[in-house]
Amino acid sequence: MDPINFVILACVLFAIGAAAVLVRRNAIIAFMGVELMLNAANLALVAFSRIHGQVDGQVMAFFVMVVAAAEVVVGLAIIIAVFRARQTISLDEPAELKG
Amino acid sequence: MVDTVIFWVIAAITVIPAFSLIFARKAVYVAMSIVLVMVGLAAAYITLDAPFLGVVQIVVYTGAVMMLFLFVLMLVGVDRREDMKETLTGQRWIALFGAGGLGAFLIAMVARVSLPVAEEPLVGEPDVIAGVLFERYVLVMEVLGFLLITAAVGALVLTHVPRLKPRKTQLEVQRDRVRVGADPVNKVFPGVYARHNALDVPALDPQGEPIEQSVSRVLKVRNQTQEGAHFRARLDDPSRAGGSDAEHSGRGLSDPERLDPDRLDPDRPDPEGSDREEGR
Amino acid sequence: MLDLIWLVIAVPLVSSGILLLAGRRANAWGHWLGVAASASTFVVGFGAFLQMLGMAGEERSHAVHLYSWIPGGDLQLDAGLLVDPLSLTFVLLVSFVGTLIHVYSVAYMEHDPNRRIFFSYLNLFVAAMLLLVLADSYLLLFVGWEGVGLASYLLIGFWNHKPAYATAAKKAFVVNRIGDIGLILAMGLMLASFGGVDFATVADGVSGASTATLTATGLALLLAACGKSAQFPLQSWLGDAMAGPTPVSALIHAATMVTAGVYLIVRSAPVFEGAPDAQLVVAAVGALTLIMGALIGMAKDDIKKALAASTMSQIGYMMLAAGLGPIGYAFAIFHLVTHGFFKAGMFLGAGSVMHGMNDQVDMRRFGALRAAMVTTWVTFGLGWLAILGVPPFSGFWSKDKIIEAAFVGEGVQPWILGGAALVGAGLTAFYMSRLFFMTFHGKARWTDDQHPHESPALMTVPMIILAVGSAFLGLFLAVGDRFAHWLEPVTGHAEHHDPVMPIWLIMTLTLALVALGVWEAWRRYGAADVPTEAPDVSLATVAARNDFFQDSVNRGVFERPGTHLTRTLVYADAAVIDRAVNGGAQGWPKTGEAVRRAQSGQVRSYAATMVVGLVIVVLIVVLGGL
Repeated sequence: MDPINFVILACVLFAIGAAAVLVRRNAIIAFMGVELMLNAANLALVAFSRIHGQVDGQVMAFFVMVVAAAEVVVGLAIIIAVFRARQTISLDEPAELKG
Repeated sequence: MVDTVIFWVIAAITVIPAFSLIFARKAVYVAMSIVLVMVGLAAAYITLDAPFLGVVQIVVYTGAVMMLFLFVLMLVGVDRREDMKETLTGQRWIALFGAGGLGAFLIAMVARVSLPVAEEPLVGEPDVIAGVLFERYVLVMEVLGFLLITAAVGALVLTHVPRLKPRKTQLEVQRDRVRVGADPVNKVFPGVYARHNALDVPALDPQGEPIEQSVSRVLKVRNQTQEGAHFRARLDDPSRAGGSDAEHSGRGLSDPERLDPDRLDPDRPDPEGSDREEGR
Repeated sequence: MLDLIWLVIAVPLVSSGILLLAGRRANAWGHWLGVAASASTFVVGFGAFLQMLGMAGEERSHAVHLYSWIPGGDLQLDAGLLVDPLSLTFVLLVSFVGTLIHVYSVAYMEHDPNRRIFFSYLNLFVAAMLLLVLADSYLLLFVGWEGVGLASYLLIGFWNHKPAYATAAKKAFVVNRIGDIGLILAMGLMLASFGGVDFATVADGVSGASTATLTATGLALLLAACGKSAQFPLQSWLGDAMAGPTPVSALIHAATMVTAGVYLIVRSAPVFEGAPDAQLVVAAVGALTLIMGALIGMAKDDIKKALAASTMSQIGYMMLAAGLGPIGYAFAIFHLVTHGFFKAGMFLGAGSVMHGMNDQVDMRRFGALRAAMVTTWVTFGLGWLAILGVPPFSGFWSKDKIIEAAFVGEGVQPWILGGAALVGAGLTAFYMSRLFFMTFHGKARWTDDQHPHESPALMTVPMIILAVGSAFLGLFLAVGDRFAHWLEPVTGHAEHHDPVMPIWLIMTLTLALVALGVWEAWRRYGAADVPTEAPDVSLATVAARNDFFQDSVNRGVFERPGTHLTRTLVYADAAVIDRAVNGGAQGWPKTGEAVRRAQSGQVRSYAATMVVGLVIVVLIVVLGGL
């Protein structure tokens, strides 16, 4: 099986994640969409790593995981802080940036 | 052949649950689906000669990240059902064409590429990964260590609620309750003693009347309570039948006034507390 | 002594600074320090003069390099002094007359509380004037030029508690600035065409420059000279400048500073040699101013203003001579020197008269002062005879030569210029005699509180010395053409040309006109009664009394249009430029207002924007790859 197929799978997952970010109002679900996009990128990295027969791509994926973990920690903390302040986690609620 | 089967199985257990991100109404379902996606991705990593990363994927994502998501979901309320009605004009169309177009173009680009696949790839065993990680990328790893620490401290700072007033002692809590006229004592536990010990059955007061407050509010909202009157004490003492007993019987569970949800709120100080006191 | 010539600038400058900074404690001796500083310049100058006399004619040019002033890559400007017969002549004139006037001022300003400041300014003037004449480049000359302008401004406005005097100072300053523009333009042209502004570079570069450039440079220099020397059309400030103390009028506005324009023209001889048109304009301006000044002098009743008009007229003679080329340069400077003596002497005499007459300046209130002020009468009389050009007094030797030179030439030019000079001599005789007779002869027309008396010795001694100079300096210098030979290294040897008329005829005509003028003045103002109020007479007299309406002309021709031009520019600035700039500035808020709508505040809209942008980028990459 050609590993390039996994790259295509990664593209599909990336698109689904992006769609989730765009349509879901629940901040946690949108956040999971972001996670899915990151994982899709990881899958592509690992697939290319396999194609080239090197492990550098895997190490990159590893790094992405670390960064994603940090991002999750901070992101969820922000969601909790927002929830405390507003009693909601809807993405449509905070509209202070409206010009 | 086997490879192909494995690929399609992995594709199925990643793509199909992933769609829950878009369509599922409850966040918990989404989270559980994503756990499945992560497991599928782990399988994909192992298939792609990256066994260490596959294991890390399971440990980090299914074990840590997604569980963290679940915790947060529980914090903010598991049972929220999201209203799927779109509020932004055209957002769905933008999402459809944006995400769909992105996926389509990416696939179109990838499909046009044909790369020679390495015949004898380096397998991502832990020692191999460690060799690369601690030799070539050691500086990056150190930097990422700082990032993680910073993130942890950041999360602490973001969720920290400073205590502005000294914590109330039990005595003060009790005084406050008396002052607003709420129940000075603990709420009654549910369950009809000696007859029934289920949480959905209201307790009976000394007159044998059911105490609706003793049942959890959640169960009431869900209409999962038992009919309190059913467990009502049946005392055949004729002296009890008349007088005050008749008055109390009129205030049974069937009384619509007693089903007023406001009354059932345990946190709300009851304006008719004294009346009820007398009723007891 | 020649290498020490920088002392003549440094000493009065330091003295001026000391007098300004020392404050009131220097009141007791400050004026004597000023006199000593001025006298020391004369000592150094005279030493240099003696040393130069011992040299051969060709060696009489000594450059003193001071320091590299503006080392600017290709543009190297040095500060240096040039000691040659021309500059030494000025050094001697300025320091000698200046010292006498310093001494005179000690008595004249005795009761002024700010006498120390006055001497500080006088010293500043001496330093600046000597820097002006000793500079070896136009740029350094310009420093002195501005320095004397500053000193002139400060001294005209010395009694600036009177608004009219302060205004007069401001007027002199502004008019002088207009002249300065000419000098700056000239320097710019020199830098552009000769690559330098020192006299040597300019003289070398003239041969390679076009006539048009030289003419432009010459006219710019002429503008500068007109501003400083009160020549037409920048003559209007000199009359008002008489607001300053009389010694100032004598030193700055008669003997020295106002002649700086003549110096500039003579110094720029190489430029004018290459630009005959500019030269002709110089002569024309001189001729016009000499007639105009004479006419104004005939009508003025204010003794100082009449003398000021006379100064204008006499400088007109010098300009006329300077405009005639090499044959006139020496005579221009010669007349400048003699004029410096007799005009300074007469101004000091006028000051002496005012001193004795309670600061009265109206000549219709004078008369018969001959008996009360004998010394003043004699010294003034010698100056009067000198300016008239009566032989053998100084003015005869210088002015007569100018008239002769004006008649040299071809075509109609000598007749016009010579005629103007000739008529001017007659007019000069009339107005100077009018002034002299109205002041010292006739009947006394004093007001009741006036008790004329002779001035103290500190004032009369300088007057006597100047009177001696007025009487005999011309004869001394003219014998054997001593002065012309002395200046020859600078002005060049002039070929002798015969005037269009025989010299004896010119001389006879001149003397006849002078005699006529004196006789007419005596008939009207010496023998007859002079009314104390100016009678209403002809339109021409009224015009001359009002300086030919020079202020009105300036106001109408320059000030009004200038004001309106400025107003128009201000309006245009507000209406066009400001509106464009402000409109452009207001466009940004509007743009921001429009762009603001894109900021919905909806996080998901932002995400949508990002995704769409990403799609476009990917699309470009895909299409680019196809």
